[in-house]
Amino acid sequence: MTTTALLVATRKGAWIFRADARRTNWTVDGPLFLGHIISHLVLDPRDQTTLLAAAKTGHLGPTIFRSTDWGVSWQEAAQPPAFAQAPEGETGRAVDHIFWLTPAHRNEPGVWYAGTSPQGLFRSADGGVSWAPFSSINDDLRYREWMGSEKDGTPDGPKLHSIIVDPRDPAHLYFGMSGGGVHESVDGGKTWRVLIAGMEVVDGYGFDAANPAFHDPHCLRLCPSNSDRLYQQNHCGIYRLDRPSETWIRIGRNMPKEVGDIGFPMTVHPRDDDTAWVSRCGRALVPTAGRRSTRPVTVAKAGSARMRACRRSRHGGRSSGRRCAATAMIRWGFTLARRAANCG
Amino acid sequence: MRVLIPSALHSYTRSGQVEACGATLDEVLFDLDRQYPGLRFRVIDEQRRVRRHIRLFVNGVSASALSQAMQPTDEVIIVQALSGG
Repeated sequence: MTTTALLVATRKGAWIFRADARRTNWTVDGPLFLGHIISHLVLDPRDQTTLLAAAKTGHLGPTIFRSTDWGVSWQEAAQPPAFAQAPEGETGRAVDHIFWLTPAHRNEPGVWYAGTSPQGLFRSADGGVSWAPFSSINDDLRYREWMGSEKDGTPDGPKLHSIIVDPRDPAHLYFGMSGGGVHESVDGGKTWRVLIAGMEVVDGYGFDAANPAFHDPHCLRLCPSNSDRLYQQNHCGIYRLDRPSETWIRIGRNMPKEVGDIGFPMTVHPRDDDTAWVSRCGRALVPTAGRRSTRPVTVAKAGSARMRACRRSRHGGRSSGRRCAATAMIRWGFTLARRAANCG
Repeated sequence: MRVLIPSALHSYTRSGQVEACGATLDEVLFDLDRQYPGLRFRVIDEQRRVRRHIRLFVNGVSASALSQAMQPTDEVIIVQALSGG
């Protein structure tokens, strides 16, 4: 077993880069799914064996592939995420692509969550073989208004993303909608509440900051070393939230102008909750943490050629640190780096 | 009946031409899915709509609806529309 692997998901396929223990020698497997749009490729940190790939092509519908042998062979999900069929005479939604995959709590083996475009939340209880709509939000009229339509948001549709499970409590969940705001559940997804206080909206259009529909979080991260601290990349700033507070603090104004108070990926330090990396236009994946880890792998996400710079923030965003050429870093157990393209 | 399969679906059928049966086009697609699990959802979405960049032809004529009646001698062609950039 390798000690480090980098899972790379792109619009043209996927690759697995593996390194020796010192990360000096790398080998590459791929392209996997050549020609497929792979939105997310994630290793299950609980069994450190199961890989899930969210896939579609330009022509074919979305699906999920599973591998338990590090991508040597793949099996398609028997029941990929799909919205409920609309009653006769009504127009129902159809999943265009699965954008996000999150393994559930460590005490819930085999449970995964998925976020889609059009925005929807799905769950699998059998390791990604079969999926079903999760919670009531997919058909909740209020949420549907906040979610918008395929004509809102990003060119290929708004996305539900950044599904986060509190490592202390499997019933405590977060997710972001781009657009549609940040949402939290403390009862395992039965009910949700909006978590947008402190988040700003685009000026000059009369947008109501109290309306989740006008909020566009690009990426949410929970600090591995502090489950009460979240960071957020947003269309309107970079934020930090320290629970139990429910008000986001805008920390991005401390960023240098050439980097800006906006971006897509965000990476948090595995041991230091005061350190995070943001990137508006970085272009390299550099493992900057986890060097001493002997546990097998992870990391993944597609980089983007349009990325140019990355900035590290220390002291919880109260100041910005040195520039680095990283868009992501490795931490134990699961995917950290986030795809830079498409969201927002 | 004969069904011509586009290259994007050969990972399911391992062939560009397969046999399927059904009294309607919808039933033919269900039969294909029975033989090649997962194929139908890549072509037809959960609202029973043909996906945006897929076209279905019966005997060389664009199919009007999944409810279209079929005969055993018909030929179905699943076509990937030329799209994208």
